[in-house]
Amino acid sequence: MSLFSIFNVSSSAMSAQSLRLNATASNMANADAVATKPEDAYKAREPVFQQVMEQNGGVGVRVSGITQSTAPNPALYEPGNPLANKDGYVYSSNVNPVEEMVNMLSASRSYQTNVQMMDTAKNLALRTLQLGQ
Amino acid sequence: MSDSIFGIHGQALVFQSQRMGILASNIANADTPNFKARDLSFRDALQAAAGQGSAGQPLALAHNQPGQLSGTAENGGAQELYRIPDQPALDGNTVDMDRERVRFTENAVSYQTTLSFLNSRIKGINSALTGQ
Repeated sequence: MSLFSIFNVSSSAMSAQSLRLNATASNMANADAVATKPEDAYKAREPVFQQVMEQNGGVGVRVSGITQSTAPNPALYEPGNPLANKDGYVYSSNVNPVEEMVNMLSASRSYQTNVQMMDTAKNLALRTLQLGQ
Repeated sequence: MSDSIFGIHGQALVFQSQRMGILASNIANADTPNFKARDLSFRDALQAAAGQGSAGQPLALAHNQPGQLSGTAENGGAQELYRIPDQPALDGNTVDMDRERVRFTENAVSYQTTLSFLNSRIKGINSALTGQ
């Protein structure tokens, strides 16, 4: 393992965190989507991270799958909505905006940390190359 | 030869770059369920470098048969150890982001210190060689 393995490790973490940010963006975009049946309504999505050994040492991250939230989709009484069922209800998404906000902050902070880590590793590697000059 | 010129700083550079990779793995896996944070012990590495490793710390491959390859222990003689978490997380992750960041920064500064030691050593040798 060397300084160069840090590039692999932090780039894998950056892509995992940006996927998490992407999932959060999808969730927030679909927060107000409604459907006629609860099974058709939007379910909040969240990635599951898994550790993975990198080729030249170091432990990176990969997204092993996307889970869908099992929280119930709330029923809203909107008889005027064209998607309403015969009782006048539509089912909205089960996205929790507060949860998504926290997820977004956490993902962006982790992403920043990994960028800084990569920058530090780059600077140290360059300084090592300039040794004795 | 290089050992006598650079002393312990060559091994220190290897150790610090290995440790930096491990700390980077910890930070990268801050949100991974069941990831256990790891670290290297500077004390073990120092003892290994000084040729008096504690029990269970192989310094180098045993070399008692002709034709065996010689080799030195990876990680500068220090074993990878699991960190003891301050507070358990429900998902089994033991990374404490603040501590890891502090250690990463501290290790980066140590690496730069070692580099400047090596640099001044090289400068000293250079001026001895040129005689000016």
